[in-house]
Parts: sequence; C-alpha cells; structure tokens
Amino acid sequence: MSYRPKPRIAHPGLKKNALGLTRRDYEGGMSTLCAGCGHDSITAAIIQACFELAVEPHRVAKVSGIGCSSKTPAYFLSASHGFNSVHGRMPAVATGANAANRDLSYIGVSGDGDSLSIGLGQFCHAMRRNLDMLYLIENNGVYGLTKGQFSASADVGSKAKKGEVNEQPPIDPVLTALAMGGTFVARSFSGDKEQLVPLIKAGLRHKGFALIDVLSPCVTFNDHEDSTKSYAYTRQHYSPALETDFVRPAEEIMADYDAGAAMSIELHDGSRIVLRKAAPDYDPQNRGNAFAYIKDKLRDSEFLTGLLYVEETSRDMHALSNTAVRPLVDIGWDELCPGSSALPGILKRYR
Amino acid sequence: MKPTDTSDPEYFHRVVDCQWACPAHTDVPEYIRLIAQGEFTDAYMVNRESNVFPGILGRVCDRPCEPACRRGRVEDKPVAICRLKRVAADLKGEFRDRLPVIPDISNGKRVACIGAGPASLTVANDLAPLGYQVTIFEALSTPGGLMRTNIPAFRLPGDILDSEIDVILDMGVELKLGHRIDSMAALLGEDWDAVFVGSGAPRGKDLQLPGREEASANIHIGIDWLESVAFEHVKEIGEKVLIIGVGNTAMDCCRSSLRLGSSDVKVMARKPRDFFKASDWELEDAEEENVEIVVNHSPKEFVLEDGRLVGMNFDQMEYQVDDDGRITDQRVIGERFIPADDVVLAIGQDNAFPWIERGLGIEFDKWDVPLVDETTFQATRPGVFFGGDSAFGPKNIIWAVEHGHQAAVSIHKYCQGEDVFGRLPVTMNLSSRKMGIHEWSYKNDYNPLERRLMPHVGLTERFRKLNIEVELGFSIEQTETEVQRCLNCDIQTAFTDQLCIECDACIDICPTDCLTITGNGPEEDLRQRLKAPADNTDQSLFVSGPLKHTARVMVKDENLCVHCGLCAERCPTAAWDMQKSRFSFPYATDEDEACRRRNLRSA
Ligand SMILES: Cc1cc2nc3c(=O)[nH]c(=O)nc-3n(C[C@H](O)[C@H](O)[C@H](O)COP(=O)(O)OP(=O)(O)OC[C@H]3O[C@@H](n4cnc5c(N)ncnc54)[C@H](O)[C@@H]3O)c2cc1C
Ligand SMILES: Cc1ncc(C[n+]2csc(CCOP(=O)(O)OP(=O)(O)O)c2C)c(N)n1
Ligand code: SF4
Ligand code: SF4
Ligand code: SF4
Ligand SMILES: [Mg+2]
Repeated sequence: MSYRPKPRIAHPGLKKNALGLTRRDYEGGMSTLCAGCGHDSITAAIIQACFELAVEPHRVAKVSGIGCSSKTPAYFLSASHGFNSVHGRMPAVATGANAANRDLSYIGVSGDGDSLSIGLGQFCHAMRRNLDMLYLIENNGVYGLTKGQFSASADVGSKAKKGEVNEQPPIDPVLTALAMGGTFVARSFSGDKEQLVPLIKAGLRHKGFALIDVLSPCVTFNDHEDSTKSYAYTRQHYSPALETDFVRPAEEIMADYDAGAAMSIELHDGSRIVLRKAAPDYDPQNRGNAFAYIKDKLRDSEFLTGLLYVEETSRDMHALSNTAVRPLVDIGWDELCPGSSALPGILKRYR
Repeated sequence: MKPTDTSDPEYFHRVVDCQWACPAHTDVPEYIRLIAQGEFTDAYMVNRESNVFPGILGRVCDRPCEPACRRGRVEDKPVAICRLKRVAADLKGEFRDRLPVIPDISNGKRVACIGAGPASLTVANDLAPLGYQVTIFEALSTPGGLMRTNIPAFRLPGDILDSEIDVILDMGVELKLGHRIDSMAALLGEDWDAVFVGSGAPRGKDLQLPGREEASANIHIGIDWLESVAFEHVKEIGEKVLIIGVGNTAMDCCRSSLRLGSSDVKVMARKPRDFFKASDWELEDAEEENVEIVVNHSPKEFVLEDGRLVGMNFDQMEYQVDDDGRITDQRVIGERFIPADDVVLAIGQDNAFPWIERGLGIEFDKWDVPLVDETTFQATRPGVFFGGDSAFGPKNIIWAVEHGHQAAVSIHKYCQGEDVFGRLPVTMNLSSRKMGIHEWSYKNDYNPLERRLMPHVGLTERFRKLNIEVELGFSIEQTETEVQRCLNCDIQTAFTDQLCIECDACIDICPTDCLTITGNGPEEDLRQRLKAPADNTDQSLFVSGPLKHTARVMVKDENLCVHCGLCAERCPTAAWDMQKSRFSFPYATDEDEACRRRNLRSA
C-alpha cells in the first residue's frame, strides 16, 4: 500500500463523460491493500467502467461482506451509497436494498472466501432469485485478510506459501452460477482491463444477476511459484473464449466483425454486447454446452475467460415476485401503510 | 520503439525541465530543497557553481527555466525559481571559505579579457583558481558591463553587483578600468597566451525617419541613454515620452523615464501584444507603474515645430493572423499624431568591432559578425575566443555566463597545448531515495498551493529616488510555501523491467496517468495508445524492454510526472524506484584535474 492519498492533481487532458465528470471523479478513498494486490486493479476497472457508462454516482449502492476484497468498495465511487455487511451476508443486504429501491444500480464486491465458504448459501439464493445486481468475486484462492489460509476456490495441488498442499476439490463460482440458473456469467482477470472493463459495463447494464469471477492474485500470500492463482500462472493458463465489446444504446457498432464468429446480444436498455468467439464450437447461450465446455477446460487447467453465458430474456426478482414498478422508497407512507382501518379488510381475505 | 537508454545522461537531464532549459544548467531542485531545509549558504553555492552571480540573477535573470518548469504544465504557474534564487542570495551566510583556493604561484599563463561584463568575469572566475593571470580591460570607470550601465538600479542595486563582482576580483584578477582596447592587432602583439573578447553588443539601433536629424536633441538611443542615466549624466526627461519598441530595453527605458520626472509615458508597439519581445513579468511591472502600451502603431516621422520635436506620426496598422499565430497580411488603416517632448529608441542592438583590424586571421561574416565556434567559442584565429553578447549577438546574462564557462575550458585546453575540441563528457550519478517501504528521503507530497507573488515597494514611494529597489524579496512564509511547489523533477523514476509482474498497481495509482503497459510500436503510434493523451512531443517517452510475462512494454510519458513516487510506493517488486540524478557539467577545473590525472598516468 501507499501511505498517502493520491493527490487531487490530474492530467489536464483528462476526458469528460456525458455528465461532465472525469475518471478521477469516480475514485474513492486511499487503498490500504498490499502494493500490487489484484483487487486494486479491479477497483480501477470499476472506476473506468462507471466513468465510461457515465453512471451517476449517487444512483449506485455498493455492498460487500468481509475480506480484503470486501474492503474495496471504500476505494471507488466515494459519492455512492455503501453497506459493508457481515461475512458472507452481502447478498441478503443487497436483496433487501434492492427490494426497497429497485431503481439504484447495485455493485456487490465479494471474495472467494466470502462467497464460496461462509456465504455460499446466500450467493446461490441471490442467483436463484435473479437479483438485479453486478456481483464481483475477487478470487485469489485464499483468505487474504486472515493471512492466507486456503479458500474453497483453491485448486487441488496448489501449495500455500509455507508449503502445505491443498487436497480438497475447489468450488468453481462460474460452474456454480451456471448450475444455480445465473443469467450472466463471466470470468476475467485483474491483469486484463481490456477484457474486464467491458464485462463490468455489460454486467451493470444486464437486467438480473451478473456474476463476474475475477482472478485476482494476492501478492502477499498467493503469488509464489507453486500457486495456481499467481500472476505468472494465471497468465500462462488464461484462455479468452470470447472477446466482449460493450456498445451503448444508439452507438453504432464500429468494428468489423467476421459474421460467423461474432454475435450481438441486445440488453433491455438498448445497449448491446458483441461477442467474438475465439473457439467456434462454443455457444454462450446454451447453458449445458457452456457448462461442459468450461469443465473440460478446467480439467486441462485452463481458465476460460470472457462472458461465458448470457440470457437476457429472463425475469429478475421484482418481475418474479410481481412487485410494484415504483420503488418502495418513492411510495409515500400513507400509501405504503393503509392504516389500521384497512387491516380488518385485509385479514378478512385470509379467513 | 527501442528500449530507452537511461544511462545516457541526456535522458534524465531532459526530465529536469528547469535545469535543461537553464543555459548554465543550474541544479534548481537541489537548491530549492536546500532552501527548504534552511541551508541558504549551501543553496547559494549550488547556484554559484553554475551561474556565478546568484544575487544578480536572482533579481534580473531572463529565467528561461520558468516557462520550461513542469509545474507550469501541471498547473498554470511555474515555480518562482528566480525568486527563490534571490532568497538563497539574501539569506546566505559567510561563503568565502568555500571558494576555491587561489594558488600562490601562477601557472605562468596570461589571459587578456576585453570588457568587464558577465562573460569576461566568468572566464576570470574559472581560470584564476587554476593559476592563470587574468587581466580584464574595461573602457568604462566601473565593472559589470550592461548589468551596471543598462539594467536600472531599481531592478538591480549597485551594492549587489559590487559584492558579487568583488568575489571574482579578489581572486587576484587584474582589472584595468578606463582602458579601452582600440586595436586588437596591438593587443595580440603583446605577450598574452590567450585573448577573450567579452565586449558585448554595444551599438543601439537607430531609426532613420524624416525629422530624425533635426530633432536629434530630443531623440535618444535606448542603451546609450540608460548608460547616461546610470552614470547620472542625464538627470531629467520631458513631460511626455514615447518609447519606440517593446522589448526588455523598452521596459527599462519607460520605467526610468517615470523616475526622471515624466508623467506621460507611452510604449509604442508596431504589432499586437502576442508579438511583444519583452518578458511577461517586465510588461506587468511596467503596466503596474501606469505605463501605457500602444499596439499596432508603426513609426512614420518625427514632427517638429519651430525646430523642436513636438511628437511623432504613426501609421495605424491592422494584421491578419493565422491559426498558428503567424502574421499573414498587414495593412495601414490610418494615421495618428502623438505628441511627445522626448523619444527613446529601444529597437535592438548590434555587436560592432571597429577596433578589430581585418587581416589578423579573425574572420567575419557578411554582417560583420565574427565567425565563432559554438562549442569552443574560438574564433578562426586560434587563441582568440569570444563570449557573451559579442559572440552571437545580444542574449542575456545567464548565456554570457555559460559562454564564459565554455570559453574558459577552451582557453585552459589551448594554453595547455590540448585539443580544444576534446572536451570531457557530461556525466550522471543516480542514487536511490528509498528509506523504507514507503519512506523517501525527499518530500514527495504534492502541495496544491499557488505561486506566491513578489511584494513591491508602494507606487509613490518607489519614484522618490532613481535607485529604490522595487522588489522586496520573498518573506519567510512565502518562501516556505513556494519551495513546496517544486516537484523534485531530479528524483527520477527508474525502472527495472525484469522485476515487473504487470500487476498494474503503478498504472492505477499514478495521479497524472503517465504510465501504460502496452504492446510496443513506433513512437507516433505509441503516443496515441497511452492512458492519457501524450501530445507534448517535446517531452520524452520512456519505453522499457519486453516485460517477462507478456512481452508488452512499460511506457512512461514524462510530460506530467509529478515525481510523487506513488508508482514506486505501490510497486510490489520495487520495479520502480525513485533515484536522484546528479549531473556533472565539466568546468575548466575538471578539465585541469583530468589533465593532471592523464599526466600522472603517462609519467
Ligand atoms: C536595457 C537592457 C536591459 C537588460 N536587462 C537584462 C535583464 O534583466 N536580464 C538579463 O539577463 N539580461 C539583460 N540584458 C542583457 C544583458 O545585460 C547582456 O546580455 C549581458 O550583460 C551581456 O554580457 P557581456 O559580458 O557579453 O557584455 P556586456 O555586459 O555588454 O559588457 C561588455 C563590456 O565591455 C566593455 N567594452 C566594450 N568594448 C570594449 C573595448 N574595446 N575595450 C574595453 N572594454 C570594452 C563595455 O564597456 C562593457 O562594460 C539587458 C540588456 C539591456 C540593453
Ligand atoms: C463470521 C465471520 N467468520 C470469520 C471471519 C474471519 N474472516 C475475515 S475475512 C475472512 C476470509 C476472507 O476471504 P475472502 O473473502 O477470499 O477475501 P480476501 O481477503 O481473500 O480478499 C475470514 C474467514 C469473519 N470476519 N466473520
Ligand atoms: S518543478 Fe522544480 S524541478 Fe521541476 S521544472 Fe519546476 S523548478 Fe524544476
Ligand atoms: S512519480 Fe510515478 S506515480 Fe508519481 S506522477 Fe510520476 S509516474 Fe506517476
Ligand atoms: S507496480 Fe511494479 S510490478 Fe506492478 S506493473 Fe507497476 S512496475 Fe510492474
Ligand atoms: Mg480471497
């Protein structure tokens, strides 16, 4: 870490977005993570994506659990709402917040420990409900904050810094999400912002639960030679299956795509995701095919990355529960609570 | 691009913008840090080593360093480098014990310098400590050259001049005042081992227009008139004064006129403001004193009544300026009479050498300017050297000093029978400023405070006498703030590509987006692909070798780096380090040492 906040001085040529804000306006407090932590790069990618989308910071709520990863919402979008919850309980808080105010954008940041150990149940249920949020797992294979114990995403055979070998099979968040009915499932790497930034933009605009599992090396406890989540190992076994471009509504698709290898998916707000497939036999809209393909690759120790599965037509939690279109926060107390005089009538319905 | 070779001193020297722009390469950030630490005498000596006259230059330097200063690109206003130099000079303690010891025995070589301006004085300063017997011939009754005769005392007080000149004269330099050299042939006939011409550019340009002859009693050539004012031969001037020209000489003429009793001074400019030659601060100072600057007036004729000057006629001009700010067309749109009692011509100077006979082997070009080598300052006749305004026309004090240093190197080599072209190279030394994981032995915080303004003597008080210094100098509080504005550009970002794991930490933390990891390419293409626009092509790009994980390269645009060290603090592998660069620019004394070492080795 550095012990001084980044000075406010900026490049005078810095671009402004549609709101007249620069990238620097999307920053947060000074990071207290270790120098070189992958999580800090993900923070930078979130800042970049929100800037490019011209997100209004006060229309965003950041939620997290406990862990180094879960600390990071303090380091971006300081003008947004935030809730740093209990270990593994971020999905519950996000669900409640979303239930009350469906109009905000929700960014959940979690760790492999936070989501795949103590919080696995909550994580699965949030996907099952198709909660409308962006959910990032900053996956380093260890409990960083508590000094580097193996997490549930550690690969078999991976060695801890002190030498002990992990024997238990990992839980893969991407396969879990596919199994749980996730509607936007992606994997990326903290060291590849060219891929990560468009994925975050698409995830933010996806209507429903958008999971991005981001491989994010822990420089202090899991960046050694026998680690399978180090910078070096990740780069060697990293295999982009699809390149994702995010195209805003009304923006023209500029790049020339080879028709057979590219597909365009329209999101609910009119923006589009253009996917260019590196592997021609891969189908990101076929859940079963995607599951099998990713699993095969994992067996060969290859991390398939990109937007691996997307289903834009599914209904989110509000649609499934048939809730009011207007956010609850905007509904006046009188309307929300019809009062004791109306109670007998309601009770009568259950008799 | 090829990986940048940072072992070549030029690369990091360019990063220290002020030092790169300073003709004498003054180590600005070093002296500013010394001032910050209260080490004023040390700060003075760092200055003196390169610019010889810190007290003088701290007041009147042309300061090419300031427009170059990085702070002026990051924010609006550069560091007040010149003002801080004056702080060092004003607050220094005893320093004479730190000057080189003058040998008791001379080395037997005699050098004649013509003119006692800054160029000759620098030559003497560099050669006397090596045992040379230096004699300076000066036509006037006091030393200093234009610094004495033309720069008015309200900008540069006489006692400041005296004290810095005395330091040099006290090195055993012989000064012959009132001794004009009338014949170079005669001088060369005497027993000198080398001759240095530091006689300046003494001829002020005239303006031949109708009425010039008839009105000559009230038309003055700027530099001659300023000299007469300095020597108190001229004590007054008319009520209404026109100054023709808008360079720095014009500024001194108009402000001097105000002090000699005129109440209405107009500076007449032929072109619009963007084309003025005067420095911004000189214009500001004149305008603060209510001098009117009139643009787009081209002088046409002097107007007389009853044989006396009553004013001038001007053509009123209109100019067409293109997008690049160049004049593409001009036309006269009218004529205007402006009344005047006196006119001062401040339209430039030439060098003139009526006293150098032709046929001595000293060749001149078709404009009667001597042919002088730009590295060695030697004329076409070996053993004769030129420097200061006499070499390439009028410049300024700091250039005269640098010419003096270089000429001294040549004179030394010439007198020792060495090749004047075989000069020592500039060298560089780098040393890490790292003290701990996140501690550096320099203050790396960015202080957003704005440039401090120089306090001035009040507008009525300053006109009471001709020699009241207008600028008061920085207070302690102003100094404390201003030193923190310096970005320590000499604390370099040094990169080791083998250590980088491409974690992006440095890229994300850099406040001014200087850093990018990307695929290599030609410079123009790379400049387009960086994290922030890199369109200042005066500033270098650093390009690393291929990084070990992906074979991409680390690229740094030097343009807006604020030397905050955050990249090095955030780097997990210490691939970035903050290292202080120190450059050595060889002077005559370094050449002398090298020469001794060579002789020892061959003996
Ligand atoms: C009005 C004015 C204002 C200026 N203001 C500034 C300023 O603010 N800052 C700045 O940096 N520069 C300024 N300059 C420029 C600066 O003063 C000169 O560039 C500098 O002094 C040149 O130094 P020099 O050693 O080459 O010669 P000079 O300073 O010109 O000295 C030459 C000396 O040689 C003597 N001499 C000439 N011929 C002979 C001879 N044949 N025999 C004996 N002696 C001789 C002259 O009397 C003179 O004393 C100003 C110039 C003018 C005209
Ligand atoms: C209920 C509860 N149990 C255990 C802990 C201890 N604890 C803090 S962080 C953490 C693991 C965090 O790992 P991960 O989510 O992967 O985050 P990382 O630090 O690796 O980014 C644990 C077990 C806790 N804070 N609360
Ligand atoms: S900031 Fe300081 S070191 Fe950098 S150019 Fe300006 S004065 Fe020189
Ligand atoms: S020192 Fe490093 S972090 Fe600071 S401005 Fe320069 S390159 Fe950027
Ligand atoms: S912080 Fe260090 S290791 Fe990381 S990218 Fe920058 S130079 Fe490389
Ligand atoms: Mg973890």
